[in-house]
Amino acid sequence: MATKTSAGRRLAILGFLGPFALLFAATIILPIGFAIYQSLLGVEHTGPLGRGETHSVFVGFANYAAALSSPGFVASLGRVLLFAVIQVPLMIVLATVLALLLDAASARWVTFFRSAFFLPYGVPGVIASLLWGFLYTPGLSPLISLANAVGLNVDFLGSGSILWSIANIVTWQFAGYNMLVIVAQLKSIDADLFEAAAIDGASAWQTIVSIKLPMVRPAIVLTTVFTIIGTVQLFGEPLILRPLSGAITSDYTPNLSAYNEAFANNNYNLAAAESVLLALVACAFSFGFLKLVNRSER
Amino acid sequence: MSTTLQQPKASADQDPTPTESGDLRKKRRRPTSVPARILVTAGLAVAAIYFLFPVYWIVVAATKNAGDLFGTSGLLFNNPHLLRNLGDVLTFNSSIYLRWVGNSLLYSGVGSVVATVVSVAGGYCLAKFPFRGREAVFNVFLAGVMIPGTALALPLFLLMSNVGLVNTVWAVLLPSLVSPFGVYLARIYASAAVPDSVIEAARLDGAGEFRIFFTLVLRMMMPAAVTVLLFQFVGIWNNYFLPLVMLSDQKLYPITLGLVSWQSVSDRHPELYQLTIGGALLSVIPLMIAIVSLQRFWRAGLTEGSVKG
Repeated sequence: MATKTSAGRRLAILGFLGPFALLFAATIILPIGFAIYQSLLGVEHTGPLGRGETHSVFVGFANYAAALSSPGFVASLGRVLLFAVIQVPLMIVLATVLALLLDAASARWVTFFRSAFFLPYGVPGVIASLLWGFLYTPGLSPLISLANAVGLNVDFLGSGSILWSIANIVTWQFAGYNMLVIVAQLKSIDADLFEAAAIDGASAWQTIVSIKLPMVRPAIVLTTVFTIIGTVQLFGEPLILRPLSGAITSDYTPNLSAYNEAFANNNYNLAAAESVLLALVACAFSFGFLKLVNRSER
Repeated sequence: MSTTLQQPKASADQDPTPTESGDLRKKRRRPTSVPARILVTAGLAVAAIYFLFPVYWIVVAATKNAGDLFGTSGLLFNNPHLLRNLGDVLTFNSSIYLRWVGNSLLYSGVGSVVATVVSVAGGYCLAKFPFRGREAVFNVFLAGVMIPGTALALPLFLLMSNVGLVNTVWAVLLPSLVSPFGVYLARIYASAAVPDSVIEAARLDGAGEFRIFFTLVLRMMMPAAVTVLLFQFVGIWNNYFLPLVMLSDQKLYPITLGLVSWQSVSDRHPELYQLTIGGALLSVIPLMIAIVSLQRFWRAGLTEGSVKG
């Protein structure tokens, strides 16, 4: 291989890959390294009563220990994990069902429905949160007045329901996109398979279970991984809903906690440790899920 | 991970074009019973109501004045004056809304175009130029797909403030130029859709590597490039955490940040409720039109790379 790499090729490799590699190093590798470095430092105050100069000192894993022993941060990690365990399967199932329904529907309506489901993907997360925030607000929301009219008392913003109100926003936004990925995979299934199934007298349900679902499995795995990564980053939705709901604390999610440590408490070192922990959790879950899938495949 | 995500066994001739697959579908669809069809349509209709309801609500709400917003039913139009409301949105605070739209277009437009060219070139290189350590480099890039963007925003802020770029256009633009997912997609696409023979022939004709890339390869990789461009554009447009962390000057805000800044003070200035609603509607309409009319590209791109395995 190396012998084939002439000077011209080498220049080409540098020219083609160089810009990306440079940007990747500057905006992904460097920040990760810097976050890890910062997370190992602490601020020390010197002088009388600790009011003199401040300077950074190496503190080892003290910030990690502080983050992991802070009840608020640990609770926030638990919260996004609970969120992921419930919301991710729910949304993936919804996306799969919608894709299968579209696959079975008469051709005339398919475009309309597919567009309607995909539409929310074009709405930025914070604007989706603003929108649903209005729909969760008593006095503004027609949903609440409808519920009240039939004698139901609903509170979308209470401490028991707010997490699921956020789950609804995320599902609303991304179910259609995930559906589109699965629809794409369904379309690429070889038509011969369906013919063979029809000859064997398979019912529609049998076709779904033994052909369609196994064939769209890679798409489902992929969307699940990306959804998990997205879910643990939960930030915009709770931040936007915070003025509306007293149940959302300043460390409601790990990201919100890191943001507050950095910008409200000026504790960048602790914030860096929390960011690193969050990245680790996201990677662990994504890889764990992929491993699980790969193992059951064999 | 690589076993599931990679496997560039896709081949360009294999994927069905929309018309082809349409024909296939007609042939393969067996007549279904009437109750089953009603059930399917009912399910789809219920889902459509769910997805469209907030859109309907905001259209209705945007036509109301501040008093009617809280006083009348959110489901019915009442004394609509949409144009006056939208005019207020556009002129409030010396038309800062238009400036936010312009900023969003700048960040998303420049960011996505540059990111696309850079990652398509990188993916092509990784697919067609063997060099030592290539797989290792690719795996590092692939790991980048897994890093949560928001975990990077804080350290990026600290780095940017060290070099004095915080609260400038560059603080938002620079991190937007990188798309690890784009490189991943471009590599898979290039190994499937760009034949070695074409490159070799061009080389024999004496064309330089960069000329080959810009005149031949880029055109062949267009479908993948469009997908990367769309993903990146929407990603930057929707990004909230990064600009929130980086920017303090309202005049540099993208539209998402701007609208939230209105919403967050609307309990003290109730007229901003109406402006937030109208502004959200205005900003979302072109996006939704674009998303729906470009569906074909999302689909094509996704079948192409990410989903094959």
